[in-house]
This record gives sequence, C-alpha cells and structure tokens, in this order.
Amino acid sequence: MTEVRTQRRLEFRDVAQGKALGARLAHAVERAGRVVTLMHVCGSHEQAMARYGLRPSFPKDLHVQMGPGCPVCVTDAPEIDACIALAAKGLRVLTYGDMLRVPGRAMSLDGARAAGARVDVVYGATQVVQIARRTKEPVVFFATGFETTAVATAALLLDDPPDNLAVFSAHKWVPAAMEVVAETPDSRIEGFLAAGHAATITGFGIFESFVARHRLPVVVGGFEPLDILSALVLLVEQVAAGEAKVENAFPRCVTREGNRRALAALERVFDMADGEWRGIARIPSGNLRLRPEFARWDATVRYAAELAAAPPFEERANASDCVCGKIMSGIAQPDDCALFGKACLPAAPVGACMVSSEGACRIWHEHGLGLR
Amino acid sequence: MCLGVPGRIVSMDDMVGVVDFWGVQREVALHIVDEPVKVGDYVLVHVGFAIRRIPEEDIASTLEFFEQMADEDLEGLSPKGPPKPEETP
Amino acid sequence: MIKPTLLEDVIHMKHGAGGRAMRALIEGVFLEGVEGGEAALMDDGAAIPFGDQWLVVTTDAHVIKPIFFPGGDIGRLAVSGVVNDLAMMGATEVLALTSSVILEEGFPIELLRRVKASMHATSREASAPVLTGDTKVMGRGEVDGIVMSTSGLGVARRVVRDAGLKLGDAIVINGTIGDHGLAVMSVRHALGLEGALCSDVAPLNGLVRAALEAGGEAVHAMKDPTRGGVTSALAEMAEKAGVSVVLDESTLPMSDAARAAADLLGVDPLGVANEGKALFGVAPDALDRVLAAMRAHPLGARATCIGKVVDGARGTLLLDTGFGHRRLFERDGEPLPRIC
Repeated sequence: MTEVRTQRRLEFRDVAQGKALGARLAHAVERAGRVVTLMHVCGSHEQAMARYGLRPSFPKDLHVQMGPGCPVCVTDAPEIDACIALAAKGLRVLTYGDMLRVPGRAMSLDGARAAGARVDVVYGATQVVQIARRTKEPVVFFATGFETTAVATAALLLDDPPDNLAVFSAHKWVPAAMEVVAETPDSRIEGFLAAGHAATITGFGIFESFVARHRLPVVVGGFEPLDILSALVLLVEQVAAGEAKVENAFPRCVTREGNRRALAALERVFDMADGEWRGIARIPSGNLRLRPEFARWDATVRYAAELAAAPPFEERANASDCVCGKIMSGIAQPDDCALFGKACLPAAPVGACMVSSEGACRIWHEHGLGLR
Repeated sequence: MCLGVPGRIVSMDDMVGVVDFWGVQREVALHIVDEPVKVGDYVLVHVGFAIRRIPEEDIASTLEFFEQMADEDLEGLSPKGPPKPEETP
Repeated sequence: MIKPTLLEDVIHMKHGAGGRAMRALIEGVFLEGVEGGEAALMDDGAAIPFGDQWLVVTTDAHVIKPIFFPGGDIGRLAVSGVVNDLAMMGATEVLALTSSVILEEGFPIELLRRVKASMHATSREASAPVLTGDTKVMGRGEVDGIVMSTSGLGVARRVVRDAGLKLGDAIVINGTIGDHGLAVMSVRHALGLEGALCSDVAPLNGLVRAALEAGGEAVHAMKDPTRGGVTSALAEMAEKAGVSVVLDESTLPMSDAARAAADLLGVDPLGVANEGKALFGVAPDALDRVLAAMRAHPLGARATCIGKVVDGARGTLLLDTGFGHRRLFERDGEPLPRIC
C-alpha cells in the first residue's frame, strides 16, 4: 500500500479545553437559573458522551435526554419479522451488524440464523452489490439507518444493481421525528442537539423552519468530545438568553445547504411515507420507501406474496411494561423503567433501547449509569 | 446514529478512492461526495461512501473555535461575580 | 455476584464468546452437580501438587475463520493458546502438548501441511514439544474445515492465580491492545481494510518467565485477555479479588492500525481478543524491575502500566478518559462492526 503519514488525526480531545468548556457550560446553566432539559437525536452522540465519560461531568441541572436517534431501535418489529420471514423462506438476507441482535416480536435475525436461516453482516452498500454479483441466488438487503445511511442505499440503486438483489428499505428521516417530539404535549425539551453526520447530508438550513415554528433552539454538533461540549454550551446559552435560532457547531462538515448531490440521490430513489417508529408513534413522513421506478428491486413488491403469507408472531411477555417509547420521546430515562437492569438486560433485552449498542438503555447499562 | 470517520484520500481511480485512516486504508466510493475531491483531501466517510470533503481551512477554524470558546472570559457571563474556573468540574 | 442464568434452550454463538453467556453455560451445564468443580474450572487451568512444585494442566479447542489470518493461523493459535494458559498459572516450563485434529472430508493436505509447519515452529519457539496427537475425519459439511484441540502439561514453582490482585497493584500489559480481534474481524467480514493490521498471536511463556524472575512474589495475578478482551479479563480478575480497577486511557498502548480499525468499525478495542498479551497485577515497589525485564523481551517491548487496583465496588472496572470516568462492562457475544 501507499506509504502515507499525515500530520494528525482529525481528533479534538484536548482535556484542558474540555475542562474550560465544562466550566462555561456550568456557568450557562447557572445563568439559566433552573433545570435545562435538552434532547439529542443521535445514538452516536450518546455513544460519544459515554465513551469520553462526559455525562458525569455535566452540571446537575443540565438534563440531556436521548431522543429517537437510533435507527435500529426505532425500526418497527414487523419490519424485522418480515425480513426473518424472507430468511426463513431460504433467501439470503444481508444487513448491517447493528441490526442483527434487535428482537422482532418472536426473535432477532441472529436468532433466525441460529435456527438455520442465512443472514450475513455487511459493512457497506458496495459490499452488498459485490455479494449479489458474486452469487446468482436471490439476495435481500435489509437497509436500515437514517438519511445518512439511506444515501448509500440510494447510490447503490442508482448504479444499475444486479437483478437478483432486492432492497427492503426501513430507512428513516430524522427531522420528521423531531417534529413529533416538539409537539408532544408534556415535552420538557428546551432545545435540540442535532446530529452532525445527518446534517452533513441535509444541511442545517433544514432546521430553520422547525425553529421558527416551535421556538426551540437547534445546534448541530459533531462527535468529538469538544464538538459535543461546545454545541451544548451554545444551546444552553441560547436557552438562558431566551433565544431560539439554528447554530452550527460542526462547520468543518456541515453547511447550510448540505450535500446537494446526496440529497438529489435521495429524492430520486425514495418517497417519504408515514410509518411506525417502534415505541414512539406513527411518524408522518418518517419513513423512506422506494419510489415506483425502483419497484423491480423493492423487496416489498417482489416478495409481496411471501410477506403476506408469513405467519403472525406472538408479542413477548412483559413488553407492555417497557418504556422505550417514553425514553425515546424524552419523557423518561432508562432508570425510570421497572424492567431496566432486571427483567431487561443486554443479554435478554425486552425493548429495542436495550438491544442496539446505540440504545439509551444499553448504553446506560454498559456504562453503569442508573444501576443500583 | 451514523458512524462517520474522517480520513485522507491517498489515491483515486475515477469514482473509487483509497482513503487512509491513520493506520488502515480502505476503498471508498466518491460519487456522492459534495464537491470535487483530489488526492490529499480530507473526507468524512460513512458506510463506505465519502459524504463530505473537509477543507483544511475548516480544520484550522475548528481549532480556533475551541480555543476561543475555552479562553473566553466567563466574567461577563457569570450571574454571581467573578468565576472560579478551578472549582468547576 | 449475580449468577447469570441460562435463558436459552439451544446454543448461540455468544456461548462461545468468552463473556457472561459462556460463564453461564459453564455454571449452568458443566458445573451443575459437580462437587468442588467450580474452583478448578474457573481459572485458566488446573494445578496439582507435585513434590514442592505444581503440575499444571490445561486444554483448549480452536476454531477460527479464516484459518490463515494476518499474523498467524490456527496452528500457531492452538499452540500459543495452551502455552499461554499454562504460563498464566505460572507454569512457564512446558513438559508436553497433545494435539487432536478434526478434519472435514475434502480438506486440502497442502493446507494441513502449512498448519502443521506453523504448529511445529511455534512449539519450538515456546520449547513446548507436541508429544502425542489424534486425527479424526468427518463428512463434508459436518465440520467446517478444521477443528483443533490442544492440551498442555507444565510445571510451576509457584502457582499464580487470576484472583490474586491486591489494593495498590499496578496493572501491566506487555504491549498493544486489540490487534488479534481486529485483524480477524477485518478479514472475516471482508471489510477490505489494508494496512498493518496484524494478529499478535504468540507463545508468552518466555516473557512471563522473565517477568516472574524479576518480580517474584510481587507478581500477584496474571490473566491473558483473549476472548472478551482486556475488559472481560480485568472485570473477572477484579471480581474474583473483590477489588476495583481504574485504567488510564492515555496510557493504553495501541498500534495505529488497530486504533484506526476500531474507530472505523465502531468497536471498543478493549473488548476484542488478544492472543499474545498478558495482564499482570504487580506490587508497586516491583513495577520498575518487572517492566524492565518485560521490555528486554521481544514480546514485551511496549510493556507498560495501564492502571491500578483501587478500593471500590467489587468487580468494577473504570476507564479514566481525561474528561471523566466511565465504567467498562463485558459484552455478550462477539463484537460486530457497526455503522451507526
């Protein structure tokens, strides 16, 4: 391989600056003079806060709730069941590693694999095409993720994919869910930390009408510890000053208009459709479905008969006690749930938030938050 | 929600680039990156696709932004007189 | 300790991944109704008094996909795995290894020769002779290529337990973290990563001998962070000793390639397997001489202190990131590359 050494990794982890930003965050919260509740809508933000140990250093009057920011968690159980049903028919199912252990109503794709189904993990859309071209057999790509990941699926479909490939789109559109959270009657959310990588695609301009409608500040943040701390400082300072505007704390990746080429690809391939987000609500325009022009690759069209014939699954016991929906809507924290750390564990998850490595409950449990 | 990793393009063949992530290299699709890229450019990569060219000057301004935010005098921002940064977490 | 419960009625992949699910399986099936079995089965091997020394015996089965990976292969892994389990008990002199091989009908003899050559080379490197073996063949599709099972017999003057951590001990590792797991994950999932990603698989008995000669009784505990990685090994050591461990993230040795691969795959390098690393609990006054002895050995050039044993909630493992502390937990099942 080419011998390359670049000056430095693009990491922003200066501890002294982090402490200074922490001090500024504490002052901003103090200036607000009350509890400030913010929401982030990105599992990677939760991951990064946990990874760098940021949460314990937050001022006690700053509450940062995890919103519906984990595409795997909000993938509805019937969608997982549908892909399990296709795998049970002998079709080869490809999906991202994140999706493998998420329970449907009866089992996960991993469970289906243990029972003999052919389910493989892929790490990129290019790999999906490679596998489909290599084999002559039918392959179903269970495509999950928000707009950032949907772009890769769109690019795949626009690049003349092989006929033995079918795509089952469970892609979601985040801004639609922010609307629902903002309109939740008992919401205490006073500002949103928007997801930097999704905004790299959509641009931050997309939040301007949201801010105008809801009078809630939105700050786009990146994923290095200093990115997150600086974005939170800007948000709390807006809340303290009674302002509501869009700010961009991740300008090295996010522009106002976003990635126009990627947005054009999304528009050509997907239609927005109302859809169920697991544990949250039916989100108007929250799902991305393949447009009719791509019906020949659409698994829901090609395998409509098989999907209709799939047997219904039983709900798991105690699923009704799960508060995942409230957690993802920002009304509850993982430790508000009676099942958390007891009946619901990473090894035996009840709700989706305990399944994905991005789920709030899973992250809290793995990092020892809210236990005992 | 989306694992995005920055790297640097070390070679290009039409719409496929090899990107170095400071230790491993991987082929990355370049056809949806937001603007034209060349060898040496930083890009943000998600599921094997470059989704953004990260301009060098934006990296410099990010560093400046953090320095400025960290150094800014908190006095004017404090509700209760001069701050004591050494006592804050 | 909360006893993990067996929730499944069939075996899943996680039962072989070295974490809580595997311990639940051992306790729930293999130890059930076996009197006094717990102590013997829960360390790296078993020690039998023999005059004023100890005979240590251990066994290990190996399956790996692919069987040849950057930096090693199943043959080197089979020998190193057993030699290292013996060494972790203090048995750095290996009397004998045994090797059983189960082959799939159709497996190329040429590959078998390469595996054997690698076993042979590794056994010489460790001065650990393979003295006896067995071969079985199963029908096509009944086993995946090759399965190896290796046992070892060694001698220890003093048995070192993985339960021996004491308050104030320095936690030492002999080099970079996560190389094996990330190298294998990269080829197994065909991730197309190019670079210096390379397994660390190696027999550690020479290095451990050097550490024990330098540190003597001051080496309180040892464990190799294989499946489940550093997190799993240290959590188990802390649990057994009734102590807590704090790691300093800025001191964790990592190769550039492993660090980049972990970032790219969204995987915590502390949770992936190492096959040529050992964790040591060392009394602070002996730390410098143990480190010096390890660094003088080729497999310990990057040996360093990564944390210390503290008085805290039993079995807790904390990572000081500089920004704050986070608790490290064992994961169930093999880590998977994630995209979100």
